Amino acid sequence: MHPFTYTRVSSVREALDAGRSGGRYIAGGTTLVDLMRETVETPETLVDISALPLSEITAIAGGGIRIGALVPMAVATADPKLNSLFPVAAQALRGASAQLRNMATIGGNIMQRTRCTYFRDVTADCNKREPGSGCAALGGYNRGHAILGGSDHCVATHASDFAVALTALEATVRLQAPDGKDRSLPFADFLLRPGSTPQREQNIRRGELITAVEIPAYPRPLKSAYLKLRDRQSYSFGLASAAVALHIRGGVIREAKVAAGGVATVPWKLPAVEQALIGERPSDRLWAEAAGHASDGARPLQHNRFKVELLKRTVERQLRTVGEME
Amino acid sequence: MSSELSDSAVSPPTGAGESTSGPSRRTVIATGAAVGGVMVAGGTFLAGAEEAAATVAAPSSRVSLTVNGTRRTVTVDNRTSLLDLLREHLELTGSKKGCNAGACGACTVLVDGQRVNSCLTLAVRLEGAEVTTIEGLAKGDKLHPLQQAFVDEDAFQCGYCTPGQIMSGVGCIQEGHTNSPEEIREYMSGNVCRCGCYVKIVRAVEQTAARK
Repeated sequence: MHPFTYTRVSSVREALDAGRSGGRYIAGGTTLVDLMRETVETPETLVDISALPLSEITAIAGGGIRIGALVPMAVATADPKLNSLFPVAAQALRGASAQLRNMATIGGNIMQRTRCTYFRDVTADCNKREPGSGCAALGGYNRGHAILGGSDHCVATHASDFAVALTALEATVRLQAPDGKDRSLPFADFLLRPGSTPQREQNIRRGELITAVEIPAYPRPLKSAYLKLRDRQSYSFGLASAAVALHIRGGVIREAKVAAGGVATVPWKLPAVEQALIGERPSDRLWAEAAGHASDGARPLQHNRFKVELLKRTVERQLRTVGEME
Repeated sequence: MSSELSDSAVSPPTGAGESTSGPSRRTVIATGAAVGGVMVAGGTFLAGAEEAAATVAAPSSRVSLTVNGTRRTVTVDNRTSLLDLLREHLELTGSKKGCNAGACGACTVLVDGQRVNSCLTLAVRLEGAEVTTIEGLAKGDKLHPLQQAFVDEDAFQCGYCTPGQIMSGVGCIQEGHTNSPEEIREYMSGNVCRCGCYVKIVRAVEQTAARK
């Protein structure tokens, strides 16, 4: 681990001043400390923001919810409001171990970096870690990599489950900049596809601080749930996952929000699946037809061809599960 | 109780800074494992010259925390994890280093009553924190009920993961995630056991929770 200086801040203003001067924010630290130890991350200054007042979960008028950036994953996943309004989001926070959930925060969760082994191995070529060095995954062992949203420069998957739920529900990220300006970004614009600049992962400016994520209100009843398929039953990164939310009234699907994880370089919204559901009546045939669009545009690599079919089946199963919920 | 270790610079896990009056089992192991290290008379382990120089120059901070009821004030290299502070400097070697990356759970301790991975916790961030390790669970000679349950159920073979399993189990019981063997398995999944004692570990946690 490279040496670094450490400061603890007690106000957002103080944090932003430190961020403007190049300080790196640390909250739970579960990703950052790990990557610093591997020398993938080499910040010169850590700014400890854990004492900032960003730990509230509040209702938004009309039935939405705002989750402060410093709310621990363990707190958010157990929150009665979140579980009642958006089970899919609460469930998507249960992927990590109980220890990590006690430490890790909502803001850190959406800032977490890929688990691509070549990214984490400083002796391997990786355009995300070292722009221009190449991508060892393209010709290497790429079973866990992306079939969607990749480029010739990077095919690493995004690791966050929670981000998949936020993508499905079209959440927004609230950011505060060192000049004091507050901005809101649609979640779909927050995480960036690799393109030719895989080192840029978030649409975030120097010194900007995530203060909260907001999930908007939806017509009720809204049924939702998260399904994650892994190599083992618990505590593992996903091979394919599906976040599904449906508003069904009068026997007809009026709203459908669907996204996939574990298969793409960013959480992958599935508008073609959503469109196939809107205005239709739930049936086994409908779930299969809609899910048939889940892998549209997929470009599988040597070792991850199985994800094309796995993704369709994951989405189909979860559409049926949510569609048949009471 | 209070023990002041002020101005004793606590270095990162290079082995530098560790001093004992004679070669202990641990310094011998460290010497055997560290290529390029130097073992000098008296048992002090020194890292390579370059590493030692970096250690001297590295930023450090003073932090006061409570470990198993004892107030400790230390000056730590900012890079020091809680796990290394416990093992290398406070001589609390019950917490184990498995993966050192948050994946195995062998280093699990309680910080302010919550189970965490001490390998991913920077010691410098623990100002005012209350830390409980496996050494702090028993009351005198009386084992904590979960420790006793691990003995009664024979819930280990090699024992390396056991301190982490027990600390995680204590957290799991406090959190109330013990309503079924399935729930215990899920909420204990951050603790890996290579001997495969999971059935008995789950039983020990289940029985202790039921007696509570």
